[in-house]
Amino acid sequence: MYEHLETAENSENLKRVVVDPVSRVEGHGKVTLLLDENNQVKQARLHIVEFRGFERFIQGRPYWELPVLVQRLCGICPVSHHLAAAKAIDQLVGVDPENLTPSAAKLRRLLHFGQVLQSHALHFFHLSSPDLLFGFESDIGKRNIIAVLNAYPDIGLQGVKLRKYGQEVIRMVAGKRIHGTGAIPGGMNKALSQAERDYLLEDVDQMIKWAEDSVALIKKVHCSSLPYYDEFATIRSNYLGLIQPNGALELYHGGIRAKNDRGETLLDHFDYCRYNEAIHEEVRSWSYMKFPYLLSLDKENGWYRVGPLARVNNCDFIDTPLAEAARVEFKAHGGEAMVHSTLAFHWARLIELLHCAESIKVLLHDPDILGHDLVTQGEKRFEGIGVIEAPRGTLFHHYQVDENDIVTKANLIVSTTSNNMAMNESVRQVAAEYLSGRELTEPLLNNLEVAIRAYDPCLSCATHAVGKMPLQLELVDAEGRLVDKLVKHNDGTIDRHG
Amino acid sequence: MAKPVLLLACGNLSRGDDALGPLLLEFVEAHCDLSEIELLTDFQLQIEHALDLENRGLVLFVDASVSCAGPFELTELEPALDSSYTTHAMSPAAVMAVYRSIKKQPPPPCFLLGIKGESFELGEGLSAKAAENLQQACRFALSLLSHTDVAVWRQQADSRHPLASYGHSRENR
Repeated sequence: MYEHLETAENSENLKRVVVDPVSRVEGHGKVTLLLDENNQVKQARLHIVEFRGFERFIQGRPYWELPVLVQRLCGICPVSHHLAAAKAIDQLVGVDPENLTPSAAKLRRLLHFGQVLQSHALHFFHLSSPDLLFGFESDIGKRNIIAVLNAYPDIGLQGVKLRKYGQEVIRMVAGKRIHGTGAIPGGMNKALSQAERDYLLEDVDQMIKWAEDSVALIKKVHCSSLPYYDEFATIRSNYLGLIQPNGALELYHGGIRAKNDRGETLLDHFDYCRYNEAIHEEVRSWSYMKFPYLLSLDKENGWYRVGPLARVNNCDFIDTPLAEAARVEFKAHGGEAMVHSTLAFHWARLIELLHCAESIKVLLHDPDILGHDLVTQGEKRFEGIGVIEAPRGTLFHHYQVDENDIVTKANLIVSTTSNNMAMNESVRQVAAEYLSGRELTEPLLNNLEVAIRAYDPCLSCATHAVGKMPLQLELVDAEGRLVDKLVKHNDGTIDRHG
Repeated sequence: MAKPVLLLACGNLSRGDDALGPLLLEFVEAHCDLSEIELLTDFQLQIEHALDLENRGLVLFVDASVSCAGPFELTELEPALDSSYTTHAMSPAAVMAVYRSIKKQPPPPCFLLGIKGESFELGEGLSAKAAENLQQACRFALSLLSHTDVAVWRQQADSRHPLASYGHSRENR
């Protein structure tokens, strides 16, 4: 597709244009374009400039600290890390997911639906709706939540209240909005009281209605600008995510399903504890973020997308009625087995928002949600793997512990890392289609950010593996000439070139 | 029923001096009469925090700051459009502006207690200098929160050396 733009020939003679930082993206990302004298894009890359040692942060800690500790990895999706860690730690105490008590399993699902709902609401209403409602090239002063609140007060307020409701679900289940200890090894720490359940039930129908309205809104926005919305930053890709045994959309626990761009199944109901047999991560010298790919294909063709678009594409149905009806419409719009439009991430995200609101209501009416049998015990194991569908996509936590319960090895594959190659592909597509040969302006540069933002990346989550990352450092003078270059290899040795 | 005073601390306990806000909150929780004060903490501010400002008489945001002139600084805030509108982490002034847009009325008087920090790496503890700054800020916060009169808070925010009224700075002279 646009791989020819990843590395340009004679890049030392090109003008550098940097969009830094990428706003409305968690963490620090940087898009670098190298232009020739005619402002033709010759190179396009999404860089990661922040480097966070997740594994180093976790290793050396007793495993029982992790459900709280890992929440501090990310200020945006602490509950996702909390639950992925909890699932891995269940295995360390000898408890498999199917052996959790019904009450514990349902409370965890409720917590997760609250997290996904608030995250999706924030992303759409706060971060993306300014672009979608006012236009990608509109005045930058207009592209913010205040302008949305002023121009579309009902929509803006619904976004704030949906987000708040999700936070309240988290607070009721975990005890606090953050730093809660909802999940513990083998179960849950706290039962939901009847008063807490009734408090959440008061507003749930309103949340479902607003979520339904938001799906109608994004469908209208998407379909009123065709074929632009279908083509902008669009790439054909593989898709990966968890799935229920019956093929339904799944966010908390299931096997791995992967499909190719034609909708043909590559993996189905694959045990995520064997993820190492199906997925590898490639390291490239120019980025801190790794590039995962499916081993059944290869590095060039095995990359895949995760997150709402992947999940809604991959599932056979959604087990809540309103979201299922929305999914059917969504797939019909695509007109083929898989929907590839990158901007359709927003549409899929809001279908999931609706599914979360509906599922919260179902769980709140389930008698098990008020149960007090919350913890299962088992025999200690030395390895645990937990995988969930975080708001941004599949999240892997993998730990090994020693006889003293200290974590000796940790590996995390966060959602944004899985979307790394896809985000680069979308950046290159936009650069090639929309920027070449035009004078650069802020609205044009924003097109690049719109493409990245569709993935809702959390770049601060996506860099890790201290001491294992080859790093290339180049010094280029004012004339564009390379004057010095250091390359740090996997083994830690450093070579100087230049 | 909302308590009249809200203390909203931002920060991450595992990111070095970013822990200053939550640590001050823990100190207040242990040492203050909380009958009139609600304590909230979060990693960062977001749009929904505007709803936490409802029905308050006074709001104190507490956060680590790299730009403080001294160990800490108390500033009265105004609602403002700033670049934080477009990020996952909003400024207190931006949260106030969201409140004004939603409620169609001015937010309650809001103040920011910034505590000087210098290192914010994941997995780091508090730096020695930040720990000193935190001690001073905690003493100041205890005194400040014993008042619910906005005029007293404004007087402290206007003062270039707010500690002068509370004794600790004199210990250091």
